[in-house]
Amino acid sequence: MALSPYFACKMGGRPSEARGRGAERLNRKKVVVRRKFTMIKSQKSVRSTCPYCGVGCQIDLQIKDEKIFRVDAPFGVAPNFGRLCTKGRFGTDYVHHPSRLKNPLIRKDIGTKPRKAIGMDGFREATWDEALDLAAEKIAEIVQKNGGDAMGTFCSAKATNEDNYIFQKFVRGVIGTNNVDHCARLCHAASVAGLQIAIGSSAMSNSIAEMKDLDVFIVVGSNTSETHPVISTFLREAVVKNGAKLIVVDPREIEMTQFATSWLRQKPGTDVVVFQAMAQVIIEEKLYDEAFIRERVEGFDNYAASIQESTPEWAEEISGTPADEIRAAARLYAKAEKAAIYWGMGISQSVHGTDNALSLANLALLSGNLGKEGTGLNPLRGQNNVQGCSDSGGLPAVFPGYQSVTDPEIKAKFELDWGVPLNPEAGLTTMEMVDAAEKGAITGYYVMGENPMMSEPDLRHARHVMEELDFVLVQDIFMNETGEYADIILPASSFAEKDGTFTNSDRRVQLIREAVPAPGNARDDWKIISDLAQRVEKKLGREKSAGFVFDSPSAIWDEMARLTPEFQGITHARIVKEDGVHWPCPTPDHPGTPFLFADTFPSGKGKLTPLNYRPSQELPDDEYPLLLSTGRVLYHWHGGTMTRRSKLDDIYPDPTVEVHPKDARPLNIHAGDWIKVRSRRGEIRVKVLITKRSRPGMVFIPMHFAEAAANELTLDARDPQAKIPDYKVAAVILEKA
Amino acid sequence: MNNTITLIIDGEEIQAPQDATVQQVLESINKAAPIICAHEATTSEGICRQCVVEVEGWRVLAPACVTKVSTGMVIFTNSERVNRSRRTILEMLNASVDLSEAPELQAQMDEFGADRERFPHAKTREQDVKDDNPFFVRDYEKCLLCWRCVQACGDDIQYTYSISVGGRGFDSKISTFFDSPMPETTCVFCGNCVAVCPTNALKSKTEHFMELGLDYDEIRQEKRAEKKKMGKA
Repeated sequence: MALSPYFACKMGGRPSEARGRGAERLNRKKVVVRRKFTMIKSQKSVRSTCPYCGVGCQIDLQIKDEKIFRVDAPFGVAPNFGRLCTKGRFGTDYVHHPSRLKNPLIRKDIGTKPRKAIGMDGFREATWDEALDLAAEKIAEIVQKNGGDAMGTFCSAKATNEDNYIFQKFVRGVIGTNNVDHCARLCHAASVAGLQIAIGSSAMSNSIAEMKDLDVFIVVGSNTSETHPVISTFLREAVVKNGAKLIVVDPREIEMTQFATSWLRQKPGTDVVVFQAMAQVIIEEKLYDEAFIRERVEGFDNYAASIQESTPEWAEEISGTPADEIRAAARLYAKAEKAAIYWGMGISQSVHGTDNALSLANLALLSGNLGKEGTGLNPLRGQNNVQGCSDSGGLPAVFPGYQSVTDPEIKAKFELDWGVPLNPEAGLTTMEMVDAAEKGAITGYYVMGENPMMSEPDLRHARHVMEELDFVLVQDIFMNETGEYADIILPASSFAEKDGTFTNSDRRVQLIREAVPAPGNARDDWKIISDLAQRVEKKLGREKSAGFVFDSPSAIWDEMARLTPEFQGITHARIVKEDGVHWPCPTPDHPGTPFLFADTFPSGKGKLTPLNYRPSQELPDDEYPLLLSTGRVLYHWHGGTMTRRSKLDDIYPDPTVEVHPKDARPLNIHAGDWIKVRSRRGEIRVKVLITKRSRPGMVFIPMHFAEAAANELTLDARDPQAKIPDYKVAAVILEKA
Repeated sequence: MNNTITLIIDGEEIQAPQDATVQQVLESINKAAPIICAHEATTSEGICRQCVVEVEGWRVLAPACVTKVSTGMVIFTNSERVNRSRRTILEMLNASVDLSEAPELQAQMDEFGADRERFPHAKTREQDVKDDNPFFVRDYEKCLLCWRCVQACGDDIQYTYSISVGGRGFDSKISTFFDSPMPETTCVFCGNCVAVCPTNALKSKTEHFMELGLDYDEIRQEKRAEKKKMGKA
């Protein structure tokens, strides 16, 4: 019996013995001639883009026997210049996981209501023809009976721009509704809403390549070193090598605080207060950029009057951040030559997320830190293609390139190109679709590459809605919590198995390439959608097709670019040549735009918006004494569909709750204990991690674990403008399990 | 042009920027010196001395990676002294370090005619493979202390500082604080150290297992089974 390599090592043996060259090794003290190397030779190296976060790291997949055995990164290529994090370097083995979906699946008890969540046993395998025909029939039935607006659809921030373009074309052009949204609603919707008001554009204004040369920068609501690890290395480089000053604003003692000049530790949910006070200091001490404000900003007098009362002392009272530190940070930021702001979910996932984003925009507009290299308002995007999914029209109110669906001229342009009439009403957002489904206005779901049954707040409610739907179509690479409610599941190919483009956080359009074959009968998303769309058109008896015949993703991109002025200069061939292009890029000879707003804002002048502080909706009380914040950890990623199926799960296998020792002691709970965390909405069982990262009175739970989903606890309270739920503040109690 | 200087390399007159290193100039004329410890992503420290060149009038050979050029320098890149030095470095390294998975060094040994058996009785760095985390293995008998991993972990890429050089003399080794297993250090398993390792002393675990003849799914089952066992014990 051959020893397992692990076993051989444990017994004091050497892995080389398992390799059968032990004899040679025993003699090596005398003969130093070394054998020829037994290294695995890479059969091909395929340049692609990392499938995890929004940094968009360029990677070289090394393939042997149709398996990815190593991931390298090219050193000379933006945006990551050879740097990777643990997810990109070691976490792509989910691609080859045995539980990948290989055949279309149809629910055995299709048609029975209420539908129950079922595992793989509840499904039977089917051919593509059978599954697609059935899906087309069901969709056509809903459209004919209740109209297109009775379908709710979710496109995917994991899929390519091309997949998402085809998806929204199918939804708008064939189903006839604008009910298409994706998880950006649950992440940066508030940043988008806030920035749209302030400057009329929502993308990250400056590029990752500029990070090394910052003077001063603020990181707020972003645990950068765990959620965007590669970006964090550039930010740390700015501090360590180039002497930049970092201001961290975060209630938790995240790793970035170790590199910070100033750490403003506000109470969760009081960000607006801190930034209002900083703005007050800037105006009070006349540190603002007068020329910039005169030329490019409006509403200054009104705004200045509105924040007279917002002194640092007032902010200290509410947020717990010392007034002196707020003053010092404001001076540091306003006086800097180049100062940038980076933020993450801590800003946007809040009932006042739009206000949070606006308060940051106000700071940047006051100090003139916008429209120059090394400055800007930079929301760090969470998913590999969340920027691209929004760009490609995966939103209810806009066509690709943020062209409004309600603008008759733009609608006419798309109608002419697609040759079909379009719905003039804006569609529903993710959360509104759930509400509509509850009322019965939506009876069918089409979910591509998303897992709303993990990512939505107040899951118990979301599940209840799912049970009553007439038809649920899911398209994914794995079975997940949403797939368990599906009638039909269509197996898709992963990032390593198809061609296409992802757009990263700094608007850089980059390629992914087919490196390995898809497992079983899984197909590319764009092929599945095109096929389904044509079948639905046939069932609906449409005379004219909206056009779903493409020979490659490159052709799909060309159609999208034709209709979207900002993409017109970009083609797949150009990206191959230049590794990546930053949109806006209106013509083939345009170099692309690494930083935005050099001369003007899309809305003309930037707007300063007066704000009012509103406390969070649910705060700790006697019954639920602790404040819960949710977030992410380095080794996992969002709903865990991918990382829980890779070796990343080996190092972080269990759901945890971070508890401060002061809170743990009276409850007599210890590190490693399994305890229950309960809120007004639900309870989960998690493992205790004792740490001082959060203040006493606050616990932190990562969102990645299906068996203990943090969103069983969170409440469905939404920002009034962005409709984004608040994942960062809820009240809970800890109980011994 | 004030900031350009003239020097002579192998008898040829060369114009070069004032603040360039010898290696940068050599690269610009397609004569790059062979390297071991240098890497485009890390700061050159002149550790391995493989890139040495002979400078007329200098007592010792100069490492091209860190020596700055100056006016009137006369450099020989291919002299007997240079080649003997490079050959000897390779022979000594090969005597104690397992260079079998360093194709670039194998090629250099061929290029400089190194005798792979020159020091048959040398003490070797033979030791067990360190396997203490799910992502990579550390086979330090292949480690020639080029320092790149330490730099990648520290101020050149990751700013995490979880490894450094421990010990003295021949017993110097790349180590964590108190030689703790990687998961107990500040390591974030970015693997940037693995990416810059020239000898495959650091290797992704998937690759390691595949070399041992396990196929992809076996690796996974292996790990799952082991995890279960450890969990129960």
